[in-house]
Amino acid sequence: MNSRRTFLAASAGAIAGVALAPGVRLIELASGRSPEAAASAKNRWGMLVDTTRCMDGCTACVSACATENHLISHGRPRTDAQWIRKVELRDKRSGHAFAAPVMCQHCAEPPCVDVCPTGASFKRADGVVLVDRHICIGCRYCMMACPYKARSFVHEETHDQNPDVPRGKGTVESCTFCVHRIDRGGVPACVEACAKDGGGALVFGDLNDPASEIAKRVAVEPTSAIRADLKLGTAVRYRGI
Amino acid sequence: MTRGRALRAVFVATAAVLACAGASAEGGRTPKPAVTVEKKGACIAPVEEMRRNHMLMLKHDRDRTLRQGIRKVPASLQGCIGCHASNRTGSVVAAKDDFCASCHAYAGVTLDCFECHSGKPKAAPAVQGRDDASNADLLASMLRGRGGAGEGAVKP
Repeated sequence: MNSRRTFLAASAGAIAGVALAPGVRLIELASGRSPEAAASAKNRWGMLVDTTRCMDGCTACVSACATENHLISHGRPRTDAQWIRKVELRDKRSGHAFAAPVMCQHCAEPPCVDVCPTGASFKRADGVVLVDRHICIGCRYCMMACPYKARSFVHEETHDQNPDVPRGKGTVESCTFCVHRIDRGGVPACVEACAKDGGGALVFGDLNDPASEIAKRVAVEPTSAIRADLKLGTAVRYRGI
Repeated sequence: MTRGRALRAVFVATAAVLACAGASAEGGRTPKPAVTVEKKGACIAPVEEMRRNHMLMLKHDRDRTLRQGIRKVPASLQGCIGCHASNRTGSVVAAKDDFCASCHAYAGVTLDCFECHSGKPKAAPAVQGRDDASNADLLASMLRGRGGAGEGAVKP
């Protein structure tokens, strides 16, 4: 009886917290984040992939990612690092074909973080899933745990990295949502490239901000997650799959 | 007896010469790293402190940047590179006499940062409008907060 009462009290508190949150959030988001401020759980960065606008044969997002993060191909596709890839699917029966970029889905409950033996794989307060390569030992458990095949192991020595994107041999890496850009108020390189050279299929923004384009669109458009059955709470939503 | 005294005199003289050589090591036989600082101006902390503690400062702030997303930290690697990259190679490690490389070679300490990090500054100035006073305060508080630092402890 007593424990039940405690539980009820706790739930009431949680509900009150939810109810209170939107107002607080709106005020704080309006001011933006300064470089001295830490990433906050008030934000939840997410991406919407509108497969109906993703053009056939276009790889603007993939090449923009490679340029931004200096992912240099060694001509060995099996071991080259790949943070975003274009997946083309066709329904054999109907012949309906579509393509969509797949990258780290920045799960709310990331399996890669669960399995990491050193704590290198982690989720930032704003939901961005990253690898702390200072302590990554390159065991690749996270690569096995990821249902999206989003992570790559760096097999080759790296040179001429982007000063904002350190990466090195012997560690695992994946899409960072271009965290160095979003921390400065920008959008990921793939989103920028898709708007410029592609079909404008990618929308990036704060899912927690009801005023953002992404939040408005996911509220009215039918979107889903890949492998939604796993209930990982992905930050990347797809339309038309 | 005189022979013993003479030997002792020689020994004392040798010791004195050696001591002098030790004292004047600045321009003497001991090799020194070729540290060239391209950009004159104040570092984020005094030289003695930087020599002893730069690795701890970097380690502290790298975690704040990576894990918490705080982009403006007093001791960022980009901050170091922004000031210390050589004019010739544009890097802190590309040549033997570049800032980081020369001292680490001298001290015989492996330098792992640049296995992953770029040794070159960003195209735009790495740190703009660096506020030295507030950074000094931040650093001081940060270093004071580091309990049980042992040998590397900073004098208050």
